[in-house]
Amino acid sequence: MSTLVLLEGADDLSLQALTFARRYDAEVDVVAFGEAPAVTGVRTIHVAELDEYAPQAWARAIASLNPATVVAAGTDRGNEVLAHAAVMLDGVFAANVVEANGDEVTRQRWGGSLLEQARLHGDVKLMTVAPHAVAIEPTDGEPSVERFAPQLHDADLVVRVSERVDTSTGGLSLAEAPVVVSGGRGVGSAEGFGALEELAGLLGGVVGCSRAVTSAGWRPHTDQVGQTGTKISPDLYIPCGISGATQHMAGCKGAKKLLAINSDPEAPIMASADYAVIGDVAEIVPAITAELRRVKG
Amino acid sequence: MDVLVCVKRVPLTGGKMVLTADERAIETRHLGFTVSPHEECGVEEAVRIVEAQGGSVTVVTLGPPEAEEQLREMLALGADRAILLETDGSEWDAEATAAALTEVVEGEAPDLVIFGNESADSGGYQVGIRVAHALGRPVVTGLKALAFEDGMLRGQQETGDVYRVPLPAVVSVKEGINLPRYPSVPAKLRARKKPVERRTPAPRAPRLEMVRLVVPEGRGKQAEVLGEGPSAAPAVVEVFKSLGVA
Repeated sequence: MSTLVLLEGADDLSLQALTFARRYDAEVDVVAFGEAPAVTGVRTIHVAELDEYAPQAWARAIASLNPATVVAAGTDRGNEVLAHAAVMLDGVFAANVVEANGDEVTRQRWGGSLLEQARLHGDVKLMTVAPHAVAIEPTDGEPSVERFAPQLHDADLVVRVSERVDTSTGGLSLAEAPVVVSGGRGVGSAEGFGALEELAGLLGGVVGCSRAVTSAGWRPHTDQVGQTGTKISPDLYIPCGISGATQHMAGCKGAKKLLAINSDPEAPIMASADYAVIGDVAEIVPAITAELRRVKG
Repeated sequence: MDVLVCVKRVPLTGGKMVLTADERAIETRHLGFTVSPHEECGVEEAVRIVEAQGGSVTVVTLGPPEAEEQLREMLALGADRAILLETDGSEWDAEATAAALTEVVEGEAPDLVIFGNESADSGGYQVGIRVAHALGRPVVTGLKALAFEDGMLRGQQETGDVYRVPLPAVVSVKEGINLPRYPSVPAKLRARKKPVERRTPAPRAPRLEMVRLVVPEGRGKQAEVLGEGPSAAPAVVEVFKSLGVA
């Protein structure tokens, strides 16, 4: 038996999936599209000759290699392609797995706020690996590279990327900002975010918010940190007036340090905070900004 | 255009996950319920499509009898009718759920089927794709924008990737594609009178079998309280300096 890993590249999430597969199975092969990713520690890299992303065609290429186990990173594409491949291979597919041994898997639910131990019943198993749940291990050994042209069905290319629209805003993105100052319901209003903008600007960061805030229409959804928003991993996260619902915590658990500003010392956010300031956000944030300006001169 | 939207009833979990004694479910005695966020946006999108070009919106869920509450919420949002695939409340895996939903979609034959990209609770990422395959329809996932051009569906993901597919089609959407409306009081009253049809799908053994749930260990942190009120500002700035951000 061997395990086939779908690699979208040699980025961190791909390498985490590769480490996961090498722990799961002694024999690991890779399937990639367009070009072979620069990875080692696998037997063969099968490179499918397909140009544009087409989820069903990618899945068909994977299925054509007759794998017993397929692993991919838990990205949008990884989850999408493996779901298609599961249908084609009559396999059982578990998304966002953190640990696996034979038929037994542990996978994330609720964006990682809950874990599920599950059993996979099926000759073919497919698993995506939850982002940042596995530490990358070094590998060596040059693989062989085999190019192939998968036999596609007519329907496989109906859904494919037909155009790419530039969605970048030019500024620092929420996902990549080193500092994020987020506001929740406790900020009180859309206008209340002005003070957060000012502090974030001084710290070289950006403003985020909770789901309650986007639902109220105070901020656009692109600012939302959470399970159904953006997942962030800044050096410092400053949630202001955010209670710490699991929906929100699923989006900021990658933060290295967390400084909570909240009027409620018993708020759930405190259980995840490194530092806390208790009190009214509307008074504390401007005071911090003023102090920062004074110190910086 | 006739649009069918599949939704899921999930608990409003708040700040802390607490499990039932058998460790197979979240303790929900003190919790409310809602529709999974991506799917609520799916219903809003369907209602907007039908407001713009006519047709009907049908909402379907598979769940316990109490899931009627969520269907009524979606009817208040503007859906025309609802179908409840009634279960005993036990967990159905993605394949069993997809099989039950496929049967409904085959009978209804809508032009467009909308799913949420993944459910808030189990996050399986596959029910919509499985239904699409069973129906032989194209499926595009993770849409943040949706439009119709020359009889084709144009869907855009947050990366900016654009897909154009013929109808009938299946799509999944993500929260942020729209901001769902707050139902008005008259809309809630109308929703009480809209039809909810109950059916009982045949269960099947799960191939992704949940054994037990585990609450992950927290960060085990004891927050260092820097102070109360504005007087804490100097201590906060000291922390900024120590972290190298100021």
